[in-house]
Amino acid sequence: MSIPSAQVLALSFGIGTMLAALAGGLITTFFPFTILSGSSYQSKSFVICVLGGLGNPLGALLGGLILGAMEGLIPIALPVSWVPVVEFTLFVLILLIRPSGLLGAQT
Amino acid sequence: MKPWRQPGFWLPLLLVLVGGGVALVLRKDTLREMIFTLLMYVALASSLNILMGYTGYVNFGHIVFFGLGGYTGFYLISQHGWHLIPAALAGGLASALLAALLGLAVLRLRGAYFALATIGINEAARAFVNNFGPFGGPTGLFVNFAVYREYGGAPQALWLTYTLMVLTTLIVVGLSYWIKNSRFGLGLLAIREDEDAAMVMGVRAPTAKTLAYVVSAFFPGIIGTLFFFKNGNVEPGDAFRLHMSIEVLVMIMLGGNGTILGPILGAAVYERLRGYLLTSPIFKSLHLAFAGLALLLIVLFIPAGFIGWLRRRFPFLRRWLE
Repeated sequence: MSIPSAQVLALSFGIGTMLAALAGGLITTFFPFTILSGSSYQSKSFVICVLGGLGNPLGALLGGLILGAMEGLIPIALPVSWVPVVEFTLFVLILLIRPSGLLGAQT
Repeated sequence: MKPWRQPGFWLPLLLVLVGGGVALVLRKDTLREMIFTLLMYVALASSLNILMGYTGYVNFGHIVFFGLGGYTGFYLISQHGWHLIPAALAGGLASALLAALLGLAVLRLRGAYFALATIGINEAARAFVNNFGPFGGPTGLFVNFAVYREYGGAPQALWLTYTLMVLTTLIVVGLSYWIKNSRFGLGLLAIREDEDAAMVMGVRAPTAKTLAYVVSAFFPGIIGTLFFFKNGNVEPGDAFRLHMSIEVLVMIMLGGNGTILGPILGAAVYERLRGYLLTSPIFKSLHLAFAGLALLLIVLFIPAGFIGWLRRRFPFLRRWLE
């Protein structure tokens, strides 16, 4: 269909990277940040994507809000160190029960 | 067809036996430590290859079995005074059990979803062990020096651990040859090529995949117990290190996905190269950057890995390089 797929993929990868860099720049303004901080945000972003639905922008927004709320609310009931346990268990469960996420994946 | 007549069978075994035997004959401590690490990666890569190479399911969470088995075995040794051999077997069984429970559920997922789920399992396990009292929480477990008395002192215990590691590696390599040439393995290879077609042709894909997952999970459990017993302590950060999973993936891709000699060569080359990079003054903090670069170059230029490339380029070598 004469769509330059490599270029389109490269462009979307570039836009994604740009937004991630922007987010990183904003995070540094009020959280401590080192070269190793990336991995925790990386795994959280997986959780958020899957929670809302892969390929669904609204899902990413909703997933982010839910995860953020969970990080704030779980410590009321459980010690803070249990937060990642709950998050990743939920992540695996969602993948198993509803791989399309809460809002449904768009293909 | 007798397997020992096939060079593809005895060549990898001979390689491991000679490599592992050198340190046993020379009795040199430094050599033993070096080859122990080498064999550990060979065995990890070969066991992951049983799932990833044969069925094509990319597993980023292989190290969760290493960590969980290691924790189970180490717990039995340090808290209940078990001997190393039954503890290692118990570690392997614990990993295999986890794989059996997870397998049927997780292996329904395909492609990126499966890869993400394996990462999630690893992170969940690490976060859980970090909070699990009996396993020592974030500080982990230590072994009391008195446990070495059972083996006749610490040096003997280390030699026993090393010998067991050589044996485990031999078993993994032999088993991966046997699986590849069995009816079960042919079913797995069919799943790799086209899962739906394989199911139509009568391969019981869910059972076969789960069995491959269980087999590939059993050995990291044993290896984990041996490794942490040698180290004398175990911590969540060491046991569930995600980038170790990725390094094992790089090793398989480097040597050749789905071959038997490939993971052995890939692990040996990568591990020695990393040893060099870590100690050289120029590259010492860049070894992971190198791993990423190597994976990128392999995927771009020789997706079949070194052994796969050799097999394609020189067909007469296929009998030798299984």
